[in-house]
Amino acid sequence: MYDFNYHKPKTIEQAVELMNSCDDPKIISGGHTMVPTLKQRLAQPSDIVDISNVSGISNISLEDNDSRINIGSLSSHYDVSNSDVVIQKIPSLAYLASQIGDPQVRYRGTLGGSVANADPAADYPAALLALNATIVTNMARYQAEDFFVDMFQTPLADSEIITNILFDIPVTGAYVKFRNPASGYAMVGVFLAKYSNSIVVSVTGAGPKAFRLSEAEELLTKSFDVNSLNELRIESNGLNSDIHASSEYRAHLIKTSLQDAVRIALK
Amino acid sequence: MKLVKMNVNGSDVSAEVEENILLVDFLRDNIKLTGTHVGCDTSQCGACVVHMDGQSVKSCSILAIQAEERKITTIEGLAIGGELHPVQKAFQNNHALQCGFCTPGMVMSTVDLLEKKPNPSDEEIREWLEGNICRCTGYQNIINAVKEAIQ
Repeated sequence: MYDFNYHKPKTIEQAVELMNSCDDPKIISGGHTMVPTLKQRLAQPSDIVDISNVSGISNISLEDNDSRINIGSLSSHYDVSNSDVVIQKIPSLAYLASQIGDPQVRYRGTLGGSVANADPAADYPAALLALNATIVTNMARYQAEDFFVDMFQTPLADSEIITNILFDIPVTGAYVKFRNPASGYAMVGVFLAKYSNSIVVSVTGAGPKAFRLSEAEELLTKSFDVNSLNELRIESNGLNSDIHASSEYRAHLIKTSLQDAVRIALK
Repeated sequence: MKLVKMNVNGSDVSAEVEENILLVDFLRDNIKLTGTHVGCDTSQCGACVVHMDGQSVKSCSILAIQAEERKITTIEGLAIGGELHPVQKAFQNNHALQCGFCTPGMVMSTVDLLEKKPNPSDEEIREWLEGNICRCTGYQNIINAVKEAIQ
């Protein structure tokens, strides 16, 4: 890989200072996207700012009168999937985290790193959309629906660092993922969240970014059972077509995954 | 260049290295512990798995400098006084290796599994080893070895 200078700030302020003063810096937390990127020479940052030592942004707690969960951006996928709070309040989110990559990757990968990267095949974007997430940074707050702009594109400024993410707590929900057998990434991932007054269905892995399936939401709001989805037709136009799956296959997988999600949510 | 220090298999070690050196290369080239292997370019195969502060991690996807001041255990650190670790013995007893290339990673992942879940089901074992790929054995004897090691 190319050369770089390495820094390990202890606070967000120190990290931001470095991001503002270095030539072309990049943030690293767990490193399981950054290090492979560097190995393949797909990036050539002048400086690497390792924020994994920054304190105060790896806690998981209930907020807003217990109506939301606050997850620190440095929480690893292992932390989220094993958190008593998450398992109790949003088990589908704990399950989602437990299905990312493999056990060794889950020790290192972080919520903030995954969300900031906005990989179209990542799992978390589906959860953020379905759980009405608020992404909090050192500079601003974003709602999930404004955050995933395009493939690997978010509104984050160069020196902006995600500190924590807040999630709504659904009455019930499910995450169903059709894993790429080699990489474990979502060829299609569907997150279903049922609230007392609404239903949200979000999809990742199928398009350039995670999106909501409003037609499915309407059908399920009329009647929350698998048969409501019989009429559902998913448009393959605009979905990803690649060596792993055609857009038509992805459209098909969205429907079958959603049907499975409804079955799981009803159990 | 930077002087990178860490604790490996109970001993404090250090070496002057480039800031972009991977942990696996630091262990193999600088500390001369070649039991940890590089098997792929894609962070998938798990031949490079070591323990860092009690967690099994892929050393090919960690910079040595990220591991500074941490406690690392490699495959060479499992046997005590010439006596094989129970997981190593179980792999031996069950013919759970052929070429042996994936084996250090398989063993290190297994040791972590048994520390976190002392009595895993077959399914839990298979799921835990998803980050370790083997081209020789077809995995069955590896699963048998893990089950024996549970005892």
